[in-house]
Amino acid sequence: MQARSYPWRLSRGRALLLQGGVLLALLALLAWCWHNASLRLAAQGVSSGFGFLQREAGFAIAETPIAWSPADTYLRALGIGLLNTLKVSLPALLLASALGVAVGIALGAQSRLWRRLARGYVESLRNVPLLLQLFVWYGVFSALPPPRQAPQLLPGVFLSGRGLLLPAPLADLRWLWLAGAALLAVGLAWALYRRRWPLPVLLPLPPLAAVGSWWALGAPPLWSLPVLGGFNFHGGLLLSPEFAALGCGLAFYSASYIAEIVRGGIDAVPAGQREAGLALGLRRAELMRLIVLPQALRVMLPPLAGQYLSLIKNSSLAVAIGYPDLVSIANTAINQTGQAISGILLIMLAYLSVSLVVAALMAWWNRRLLQRGEA
Amino acid sequence: MSPLPFVLAAALGGFVAPALAGTTFDAVKQRGALRCGVNVSVPGFSSPDSQGHWQGLDVDVCRAVAAAVFGDAGKVEFVPLNAQQRFAALQSGEIDMLSRNTTWTLTRDAELKLDFGPVVFFDGQGFMVAKALGVSRAGQLDGASVCVQSGTSTEQSVSDWFRARGMSFRPVVMDNFDELNKAFFAGRCDVYTTDRSGLASIRMTMSGKPDDYLILPDMISKEPLAPAVRHGDQDWADVVRWSVMVLIEAEELGVTSANVAEKRDSADPALGRLLGRTPDLGQALGLPQDWAFQAIRQVGNYGEVYQRNLGPLGLDRGLNALWTQGGLLYAIPAR
Repeated sequence: MQARSYPWRLSRGRALLLQGGVLLALLALLAWCWHNASLRLAAQGVSSGFGFLQREAGFAIAETPIAWSPADTYLRALGIGLLNTLKVSLPALLLASALGVAVGIALGAQSRLWRRLARGYVESLRNVPLLLQLFVWYGVFSALPPPRQAPQLLPGVFLSGRGLLLPAPLADLRWLWLAGAALLAVGLAWALYRRRWPLPVLLPLPPLAAVGSWWALGAPPLWSLPVLGGFNFHGGLLLSPEFAALGCGLAFYSASYIAEIVRGGIDAVPAGQREAGLALGLRRAELMRLIVLPQALRVMLPPLAGQYLSLIKNSSLAVAIGYPDLVSIANTAINQTGQAISGILLIMLAYLSVSLVVAALMAWWNRRLLQRGEA
Repeated sequence: MSPLPFVLAAALGGFVAPALAGTTFDAVKQRGALRCGVNVSVPGFSSPDSQGHWQGLDVDVCRAVAAAVFGDAGKVEFVPLNAQQRFAALQSGEIDMLSRNTTWTLTRDAELKLDFGPVVFFDGQGFMVAKALGVSRAGQLDGASVCVQSGTSTEQSVSDWFRARGMSFRPVVMDNFDELNKAFFAGRCDVYTTDRSGLASIRMTMSGKPDDYLILPDMISKEPLAPAVRHGDQDWADVVRWSVMVLIEAEELGVTSANVAEKRDSADPALGRLLGRTPDLGQALGLPQDWAFQAIRQVGNYGEVYQRNLGPLGLDRGLNALWTQGGLLYAIPAR
């Protein structure tokens, strides 16, 4: 690498001095705010600190990935909030990536129709505030029919204004038999695929094996089915309208940004690469998959990391549509205990940790990519 | 997009302005206006009308204090606050008093270091359901989905109530009042819970069809709503307390905004003392001689304030009638 000269750069010593000065000033400002706040709080005798975390929370939470009762502590409530944040962010992240790649490719498609559609998608979603989009999604999901009139889409699958009800697998060891049979079938199918058996014959093999072994076990009940009783459904797996609205809102909104990142990444791949691929006789899909996307990925990763981080942080808009994420639960805790500063510090700490972990993972991926390819 | 840094900045920054060198009373007089924290929008208690003028019972409480201090009920700067902001705004000195349908509780009094004035509305948390649900008592609500506004004590009360009875429910918690109302009327929840006055207001103004909804008779908590000031500023607490008390006293004595001048000049010495024919009561509080006169003339007595703001919602006086009429309102004597 060759050192370029930047006329606006300071000499090393002066740069260090300047940076140190700014850092000191910033720290001093923070310290002053902190000092001032604690002085005022102390003067008014308002209790502060983190002792409240061990107290009984006393409020109910709608969605709890781990067991919860109002008799549990604030700490556990905040933990559930963090889990809920992750529970909605991760699927949204995957959906946004898949959708973003598809739309991003369409943005550079040869067909004018696809290009126009993709452009329309990106411009309309990217330029409307996410909060409004969440309200729209929520309106759609909560306007579905009430539980008593909910249509049964498939046996055990109901769609209502209270959410999508799915059969949930019961904790039962016999699942292992089914999984084992399916796994064997996958191995067999793989071997046959190598011998050029056609896919349509092979694909049904694993499910057939699973169903067959279930039959062989005497067709035991392995699912908990949702049943309507009283006001709501009981049993089964519930995907609430809040979860669905937040997940869809985040995914579709972020996908519009990711699509632009993908388009930019694809554009950055030199045209010679495509031409070479075409000259080799690759089909368009193969060209994209084997030549263009792997190279584009290297350009895409850094901005993609930023996009992932903002998706996770945007999930804090959950409180507007009633999804019990970290901010929503922390707000309740702050309100009940009055510990605003401690509570907000905890929220920031949690988001910071999650963001740093994601950033580290993306950086690791980026490094691996850079090491693999020389170009 | 993330609001967090701003929230923290506000929470920390709020404490940065130590405008509390003297007493609040001095600061208010010097500023020439009262900064009063009110609710963003609860029709009947505090909401801007179509011209942008603040209206409501809580708003009138602020106006009464301004009228007593300045002789002018218009000298109020209203600061609309959401549930999370309200205490920080008061503690930090951003507002002089909080009049925002706030329940007086022990922890708020002792732990948040507030002082509460007289109760201006005796409320209680209740439930509203669609009549089509066929529910008549709260005991039938096991397993229901319940819409709750965040940032209030209602969240905990409803949990306690269901827990004590071994019943379960699914909360739907939002901090946006309008979104929560929409969700309830779209059928997202079976039940809406908040203070019963709030339920009446929501049913009347937001549902479109008030007759299709029923407020259940069960009252699951006591919610005495009162104005609050910072702890340890007793002179100012006295001013707020008595400016409000005098409205109740006026109703007891039959003094209204219309007849207050006539009553002052009547032969009754007690009325003369209260309404400032003699200076002693005002002097004791550090207020002008006509403090009570101005508050009543410009804002009206408690009954007038109630009728003006809560009458249109169809809320009867109930617990908020005078003690002489079977309610709980009892003015501490101003003498």
